[in-house]
Amino acid sequence: MAERWEAVGLKEQEYREIVRQLGREPNETELRMYGVLWSEHCAYKHSRTLLRTLPTTGPRVLQGPGEGAGVIDLGDGLALAFKVESHNHPSYVEPFQGAATGVGGILRDIFTMGARPIALLNSLRFGPIDASDAGVGGAGSAGGGAGSGAGVGAGAGGEAGSPEDPARQRYLLAQVVAGIGHYGNCVGVPTVGGEVYFEESYRGNCLVNVLCAGVVPVGGIRRGVAQGEGNLILVVGARTGRDGIGGASFASEELGNESEERRPAVQVGDPFLGKLLLEACLELCALDAVVGIQDCGAAGLTSAVCEMAAKGGVGVELDVLRVPRREEGMAPWEVMISESQERVVLCVEPEKLELVQRICRKWGVECAVIGRVTGDGLIRVKEGDRVVAEVPAASIAGGAPAYTPPAREPESIARLRAFDWSRLPEPEDYNAVLLRLLGSPNLCSREWIWRQYDHQVQVGTVVGPGGDAAVVRVPGTQKGVALTIDGNGRYVYLNPRRGAAIAVAEAARNVVCTGAEPVAITNNLNFGNPEKPEVYWQFREAVEGLAEACRALGTPVTGGNVSFYNESRGEAIYPTPTVGMVGILPDLSQRLTMGFKRPGDVVVLLGNLDRVTFGGSEYAKVIHGVVAGDAPELDLDLERRLQKVVLAAAREGLLTAAHDVAEGGIAVALAEMALAAEPGARGVQVSLFLRAEPEPDPLAGLEAGGPGSGGPGAPAAQGAGAGGGSVGGQAAGVRSGAAGNQAVDARGGTAGTQAGGGPAGAGAGSDPGAEAPLRVDLTLFGEGQSRILVTCPREKVVDLWALCVQENLPHRLIGDVTGDGRLTIAALAPGRFPGIYRRQVVVDVAVDDLERAWKEALPRWMAS
Amino acid sequence: MRVRFGILVFPGSNCDRDALWAVREVLGQEGEFLWHQERIPPDRFDALILPGGFSYGDYLRAGALARCSPAVELVAEYAERGRLVLGTCNGFQILTEAGLLPGALHRNDSLRFHCGWTHLRVENPATPFTSLCREGQVLRIPVAHGEGNYFADPDTLAELERRGQVVLRYATAAGEVTPAANPNGSVGNIAAILNQRGNVLGMMPHPERAVEGLLGSADGRLIFESMIRFLTA
Repeated sequence: MAERWEAVGLKEQEYREIVRQLGREPNETELRMYGVLWSEHCAYKHSRTLLRTLPTTGPRVLQGPGEGAGVIDLGDGLALAFKVESHNHPSYVEPFQGAATGVGGILRDIFTMGARPIALLNSLRFGPIDASDAGVGGAGSAGGGAGSGAGVGAGAGGEAGSPEDPARQRYLLAQVVAGIGHYGNCVGVPTVGGEVYFEESYRGNCLVNVLCAGVVPVGGIRRGVAQGEGNLILVVGARTGRDGIGGASFASEELGNESEERRPAVQVGDPFLGKLLLEACLELCALDAVVGIQDCGAAGLTSAVCEMAAKGGVGVELDVLRVPRREEGMAPWEVMISESQERVVLCVEPEKLELVQRICRKWGVECAVIGRVTGDGLIRVKEGDRVVAEVPAASIAGGAPAYTPPAREPESIARLRAFDWSRLPEPEDYNAVLLRLLGSPNLCSREWIWRQYDHQVQVGTVVGPGGDAAVVRVPGTQKGVALTIDGNGRYVYLNPRRGAAIAVAEAARNVVCTGAEPVAITNNLNFGNPEKPEVYWQFREAVEGLAEACRALGTPVTGGNVSFYNESRGEAIYPTPTVGMVGILPDLSQRLTMGFKRPGDVVVLLGNLDRVTFGGSEYAKVIHGVVAGDAPELDLDLERRLQKVVLAAAREGLLTAAHDVAEGGIAVALAEMALAAEPGARGVQVSLFLRAEPEPDPLAGLEAGGPGSGGPGAPAAQGAGAGGGSVGGQAAGVRSGAAGNQAVDARGGTAGTQAGGGPAGAGAGSDPGAEAPLRVDLTLFGEGQSRILVTCPREKVVDLWALCVQENLPHRLIGDVTGDGRLTIAALAPGRFPGIYRRQVVVDVAVDDLERAWKEALPRWMAS
Repeated sequence: MRVRFGILVFPGSNCDRDALWAVREVLGQEGEFLWHQERIPPDRFDALILPGGFSYGDYLRAGALARCSPAVELVAEYAERGRLVLGTCNGFQILTEAGLLPGALHRNDSLRFHCGWTHLRVENPATPFTSLCREGQVLRIPVAHGEGNYFADPDTLAELERRGQVVLRYATAAGEVTPAANPNGSVGNIAAILNQRGNVLGMMPHPERAVEGLLGSADGRLIFESMIRFLTA
């Protein structure tokens, strides 16, 4: 017979702890309530010790972690509440409702802060949707051979996807997207951005993370708190049924074959009621009619009531018979832990009750007084006159144990890092490789997805889906808020600490590429079972990486969510921290977008000019079927300087476009800029110095000012800082660049003066990577951090150089925007004499062809 | 003189605030919300707007429940008195359900919600809603709907065409009416129709989303400005 604690998902020692805190055995109702509130999902047992190490304060932070959402100051008396939350397990079992209720839940978190939601974003992960990709290793011609030694396609492992698996993944994607749209479109909050990746490791456990942001006057921020003895506790919104019983516990276990049976644990959303509840709550908040307000999310009434009481240092007495039900014969514990959607709990002064009732009536939402605030610190649940549970609020809402389990680096890491990249054969046709990458699942256009989301309602979407970050107008002002959500799970898998830091850096870079200043983050930490030492190690490393990056970039964490037990058949997903970043754009007229604007503008690469790797790259995976190596190096000091320069240049009006160089490397980034170009500016030609794979550098990476910044990536700027003569020299280089293809010498010269030890180093032998061979594929598709491509009118490039010199930022003019409808990339190989380069065109393809490959891929799979 | 716009708010309307923004903040007219259960004097507004959204969650059928609301009697009354009535998106669906406009709006032929920019060719500039447009002019205005596939039986359709009640059609940027330019499968690429009397217009595209260059287009202003001109002439 199962022990009492097992039935509610607790461990024996946790049960003993409850007995100790209560001084007696809990009864059935109490145990059920403890079971959900002490679940991993609600109590953060395995994460909260580490989460305390994250930076959470800053000059703009008005509300850090601990409430429904974090809040930052936007200036002018306005604030932004924002938060991300996961709905992974429900979405795997019932994708439409799972995703829809994920949206509903995060919306409630925002509007119960008193904020009107203005934007939704989402971050999604599924298994491969294209048949050919179902088993990595078979993907590229060289895949099987090259990959065999290196833990290829780790994660899902073993069973290479069955033939029907991609169809199942397409079904999940289609239903999740429909579910997100179903809720967000109906409620009238624009879905303005997001990301989606397809990887083997998510085959048995998809990820659905949803971010919402809302605007609230600084004085109107509400908290989830119960206060004032004698004040009333109300439940407002939907009636309570048996749906979603034990959802929080379901979220705290691994998915298995019996997960289908957990379908009843998935809630069903009613976006229409959600919309009415939103309007009613905002009207209530605006009228100052509530002492406290909290969403009834995971663990239902139990969590809302217990947390509100614990926060206020009070007790609450409530009667389950007064909770409006949609079903007969519910036991008290069922009422207390039901996760029926579209409910919020209010704490209201008795004299305001009539006003609250009037507003609820207007919006057609039910409200019921279910209890009152007491002074004894106890949560007392009654059924009529009978007391069915009586537990201290501080115990049930704050007394769960915190664990620091053993951590161990997975053995696979060393094996993956040791992969010998020289085994990858260089392709012959780079046009074909670029077309194939642009038409691959992780790089192709997401339009099929975001077309199904209303991304324009509320007339504030200034930059919508498809850009580096979305930009939404702050209602009633000329300010904008930039929003993005990012997280490359493959990088984190290869190097959790650096990969997590990269997620922060990339999110910040994406915000900067719209001209906005990064301000704060919310994160969703999606991991496997933390009781496994390898998973806990990944988690610990990732949290440390997040903390370091957030400190270095001045973007504190204002809240978030942890989702553990993302496993199926005993295999964990890639550790996937997703970072939602918000930034502020003081004047919408200064916004930047990625598309080329006019022919003649010059194309400049800023930041890390040369340090790129095959490690974790899309190229290695898509073309060669290899997932190995290390995540790209990250120098946080360089990153900070890069972002500073781009923002300064945006403020001075020097830039016409900006784009983060991310997955797929610089060739894909250039293609994306051409695809987003204004008519007439749909072409580009650039020349790139050939690169070699850098030597693995165990110290390179996070430490600001550490080996990374002293390493080969950095000296370029010192060269550039050589004074006015140098700047003039580059300007000359710019002009000769205009002459086009014969500019080899001039460009080489430019690079020479600019670089010192940089690109010329490859020829001079001072580059540690000089040992490895120069490779065209690495140059085009290798991935690196801290790289932003900008375009700039020719006459302003000197001003841009001045900013770069001031910040000691490496920079290189690589080409210019043309109107010829072609993407042309030449490789510059060292010639016989130092500083002289041989130029060879390696990519020359029509942008229309790129567009076809990029645009048609996803609709084609989804129609299959 | 400023035009007084009344913007009907049903439970589930979600473009009401956008419409108010367009007429009041951008176009400088008077505008206020009108909760669907309110009774008002028939001369309070010069024009009524039925905004987009999901009235009553679009349960049963888009617009099917909203038409039972007391507000729809008011709309009929306003239409009867010759005031202007503009229904956009869900507002268009309500107007057809209420019988104030012929035809019906089915689910999109893709069976998916679709949000994006469309180009609209002005078929009839001789209406209170399009008088500032030229015939054949192409307007860039977005759509966002799951049920915008306009349908009418052949006789009704012939009648609509003959009387010039087809006001806007989905077209290419160059103004060609092609199947590829049709976002939802509407018969004859119909995006907007007028009632016989000429004072009630229903359109699936959202003109209130296209009143500022900042958001990508200001072509939607022509619809509102035509109304204003008609009402203030």
